[in-house]
Amino acid sequence: MARVVFASGLRRFTDGAESVEIPARDVRELLAELHRRWPALEKRLAEGTAIAIDGEVIPRDEALLESLRPDSEVHFLPQIGGG
Amino acid sequence: MSERKFRQVGTRPIRHDGLDKVTGRAQFGADYSAPGMLWGKVLRSPHAHARIKSIDASAALALDGVKAVITGRDFPDVKSESGPAGEGANDMRDLAMNVMARDKALYHGHAVAAVAATSQRIAEAACAKIQVTYEVLEPVLSLDAAVAPNAPILHDDMRAAGDDPKPQGPTNVASRREMGRGDAKQGFADADVVVEREFKTPMVHQGYIEPHAVLARTGEDGRSVVWCCTQGPFMVRAFTAKILDLSTDMIKVIPTEIGGGFGGKTTVYLEPLAVLLSRKAGRPVKMVMTREEVFRATGPTSGTHVRVKLGAKKDGTLTAAEAVLVYEAGAYKGSPVGAAMMTVFAPYKLANVRIEGWDVVVNKPKVAAYRAPGAPMAALAVETVMDELAAKLGLDPIDLRLTNAVSEGVQATYGPKYRAIGFIETLKAAKSHPHYKAPLGPNQGRGVACGFWFNAGMSSSANVAINEDGSATVMSGCPDIGGSRASLALMAAEELGIPVEQVRPVVVDTESIGYNDLTGGSRVTFATGMAVIEAARDVVKQLCARAAATWGIELDAVKWEDGQAVATNGAEGKHEPLSLKRLAARASSTGGPITGRASLTARGAGPGFATHLCDVEVDRETGAVTVLRYTAVQDAGRAIHPSYVEGQMQGGAAQGIGWALNEEYVFDAKGAMENAGFLDYRIPVASDLPMIDTVIVEVPNPMHPYGVRGVGETPIVPPLAAVANAVQRAAKVEIHELPISPPRLLALIEAERG
Repeated sequence: MARVVFASGLRRFTDGAESVEIPARDVRELLAELHRRWPALEKRLAEGTAIAIDGEVIPRDEALLESLRPDSEVHFLPQIGGG
Repeated sequence: MSERKFRQVGTRPIRHDGLDKVTGRAQFGADYSAPGMLWGKVLRSPHAHARIKSIDASAALALDGVKAVITGRDFPDVKSESGPAGEGANDMRDLAMNVMARDKALYHGHAVAAVAATSQRIAEAACAKIQVTYEVLEPVLSLDAAVAPNAPILHDDMRAAGDDPKPQGPTNVASRREMGRGDAKQGFADADVVVEREFKTPMVHQGYIEPHAVLARTGEDGRSVVWCCTQGPFMVRAFTAKILDLSTDMIKVIPTEIGGGFGGKTTVYLEPLAVLLSRKAGRPVKMVMTREEVFRATGPTSGTHVRVKLGAKKDGTLTAAEAVLVYEAGAYKGSPVGAAMMTVFAPYKLANVRIEGWDVVVNKPKVAAYRAPGAPMAALAVETVMDELAAKLGLDPIDLRLTNAVSEGVQATYGPKYRAIGFIETLKAAKSHPHYKAPLGPNQGRGVACGFWFNAGMSSSANVAINEDGSATVMSGCPDIGGSRASLALMAAEELGIPVEQVRPVVVDTESIGYNDLTGGSRVTFATGMAVIEAARDVVKQLCARAAATWGIELDAVKWEDGQAVATNGAEGKHEPLSLKRLAARASSTGGPITGRASLTARGAGPGFATHLCDVEVDRETGAVTVLRYTAVQDAGRAIHPSYVEGQMQGGAAQGIGWALNEEYVFDAKGAMENAGFLDYRIPVASDLPMIDTVIVEVPNPMHPYGVRGVGETPIVPPLAAVANAVQRAAKVEIHELPISPPRLLALIEAERG
């Protein structure tokens, strides 16, 4: 069960939930389940979001096939660029 | 990994491209030309905000020597979508509009037309003959003006994205976002001391010495070749193809040497124009920006308003933190406020945090990346407030930071847990440095500040080819902006076991190697280095296989040691070792040329932390600040070529000192930049600065085979606050706005005197 932690800005889309445990083998499955539970979250996560999986920050669209361990921790972050 | 004994890594060989650079032979963007070449020039908007009613280029086209004119009408419509290359979020429609305005000019200097002619003089004369009819609109020139009720709107279709509460209807707020955890309100209630301050920083430019330059040639088959100075040739190819609706195979980009980028060359300005002009004119087109154009029409970094509040117990333990970060994006959405939100409190352990970030459009140039984009302005605020907290609590500023410093396993304020990091090590190294104990004189002050940057991984390809004599060529597609050729060569030499002088590192074009993300995010030594190590190991594997075949033994009975294949696993001493030189000489008879390849998406970029010390002296009569001494301490993970790590630390400090003391875009009431030249936009020169001392801390990044973490961006994060803290202590004033220029500081000193 991957543990997803929501920053305060996202909690209005998750009925106030600060974290949730999702059975998912990869990010694609995890997102599908999150979108099913909270449909409004899908649009918000499509707005320039990156995903941190066990500390590794990956742009959302590049992360879909990333595997999740049973004890993985996932955070959603703003996407950033470097100079 | 951390136990490995390196022979080449950590040494300081002369850079392979050094001789060409010091003798002037190296070819930069403006050094290229082609037979039959035309000169391109851009006509730029004289208004910061105006509707373009019509453009009549007939008089320009009638001039002898004018071969092509392009305006917004010559460009295809590009739909709003994320960029196909590069970093961060690039909206391709905005990018297309930024390189050539369509219905509206959104900043003074926005391109509205471009000309190709047989000489620069004719091209300039033709630009002057283009008739543009504008409906001049009121410009939005500050963050306050942008969010004011009834503010002029830059983009009628802009609606605020992000988190509620946010503006409704047409707005200049591109997004408002929140992040945080715990209960900040309760955390402040639990604090013994709370400090809250606001800061403003102006728009500033990277100040790279080489202006943007491009040469584009289009053949009869419609294929274009582009020579340009860029941080990302694959990015130029992708963005230009997208903007002109071409397939990527129609464009080849050859990166020239690059005279500085610092993030400012991670997007396109001239390249799509030169390609389109060359297609229209049927001849090569060269375009070179003037310094004035670089200031007015490329991407500086955001002007900002930042408010930070910190609460702490008497022993210095932080109980809560709050930040509101409002960043100018320039004419199109996309300021680095997201990174600012994530970096602002990243160095500190905090259970109760609330962070709010606003991305706001204004009638100024669209911002581009600038070294740790967004982080220095956020660090200015939090590190200055930390200094004030230390003073109020009677604590040493470094001790306060040590009390709250993050370490491995701590949950970052932006979410994930840190792996191995070296922040505490930088603080301890700074505290034990002689600089920290040196006495100060009258009107002198010492500032301490820290900084964090994520560093990036992204995608890289590398080839390692063995030459007939056993020397090697290392190919990468990442332009060398900070000594990366030398670092890549060192890593290849380490794996191959040959002297680094026998390794030739080259930067090749977009058709000579697999895809590479751009040089940015402090990623090349880390990620492309990882690809080079993998490619070199591929070579070693092939060499061992050939030695095994030569000796007639199993592959697992051969190992690679000190640049030669050695029999092992029971075959010791039965065969004379085969050197790389001998194996290379026999390559054609053992399977053909030997080339190693690697293409990867590098994961595990280790964050960088730094602690800086700055001593200044303030002239209380003039407000002038002299930087007396500066020491930068940073965790590099593993310094592959220490001289270039130190160079990055010194360069970042120098840029940050300039940002703190002198640099700013000055706009007139109509939005025209008034100081678009290096005489009036004052970047530090050698005589302004002391020797910047450096201390490299090495806490290896466990995710890299050699322990590398990026180093290029972190060093610009602390200096704004390090300088501000030093000036505050020297002049006994509170700094709320940059730059700390003589008139501004003098006014603060006089106000303090009463």
